[in-house]
Amino acid sequence: MEIDLSRPILARNEGLARKNRERLAAAGVFAVDILASPGAGKTTTILATIERLRDRYRIAVIEGDIASRVDAEKVASHGIPAVQINTGGACHLEADMVGRALDALPLDGLDLVIIENVGNLVCPTEFDLGQDARVVILSVPEGHDKPLKYPAIFALADAVVLNKYDTLPVFDFDEGEFRESVARLNGAAPIFPVSATKGDGVADWVEWLAGRIEAARTTT
Amino acid sequence: MHEMGIVAEVLAAVTTAAESAGAVRVNRVRLTVGELTAVVPDSLQFAWEALAPGTPVEGAVLEVVETPARSRCVDCDLEFEHDRFDRRCPACGSYLCEVLAGNELRIDDVDVDLPDQAPVPSPHEATED
Repeated sequence: MEIDLSRPILARNEGLARKNRERLAAAGVFAVDILASPGAGKTTTILATIERLRDRYRIAVIEGDIASRVDAEKVASHGIPAVQINTGGACHLEADMVGRALDALPLDGLDLVIIENVGNLVCPTEFDLGQDARVVILSVPEGHDKPLKYPAIFALADAVVLNKYDTLPVFDFDEGEFRESVARLNGAAPIFPVSATKGDGVADWVEWLAGRIEAARTTT
Repeated sequence: MHEMGIVAEVLAAVTTAAESAGAVRVNRVRLTVGELTAVVPDSLQFAWEALAPGTPVEGAVLEVVETPARSRCVDCDLEFEHDRFDRRCPACGSYLCEVLAGNELRIDDVDVDLPDQAPVPSPHEATED
């Protein structure tokens, strides 16, 4: 006998992501999921973003890592509430982990939650967390061919940050080719060249994010 | 290796469906996986062989149907198939195209044996008094 199921494989995660999204929307909190490989500068970009936005928005960070509290401590040392999720080996965050992290945050006193996903350009792709926007960070030393190796994650990005842009002169990184391959996957995503350590380009990226936060506020 | 987690979800859903149907055996599970996902069918098979033994789904065949990617151009309205690396419109060259198919990650159906359909007893058993 054939049993017709016709359901998403990740129905459970999708249901929990929907719950997170409703909870965030009810509290008026915008959530952005930051995706990148290890070492691309996720935490540094997040800290640079916080410095520019902390006077405008009340911010908290959810740090996803396989192990350690290093990143959460780094964020907390800047006076920003941070919750560390240790996935205990899992290569990506899932909606239930983010839901538990949201339990630990004072949502009613927040405007923006930045979720730093586990460093990985493959596994997080299929797992909705309930975020409002997904941003992929690629750093110049990783090479301009990465969109061709990890197409799925670039295809779903709402924006792409090209970090360590100040190192462009010393790496064989073809920016034109990078932009073309991202556009062929995702013509709607803007690309922001940034040097998170030096601050160059951070303003443009941050203004885009603030624009998204404001747009979400006017529609709710 | 997020395919492990994906297969674990499939096993849980299929076990629930088979149990509520009163099935005695699961023969086949069919999934649809879109070409644009980051899910590798070979890795699903590997995870299936690792995780299914010891569950009520043990012994079932995993069938993975891959769906090609298809998009519609926002500018000229053309619908076209494309690979996972390039969804630029082949007619007008626009980069703004919306995906219509290719992101599926779905359990379609499950083939099970119910108690009354259990394999016919062997002739030896059937002739026994």
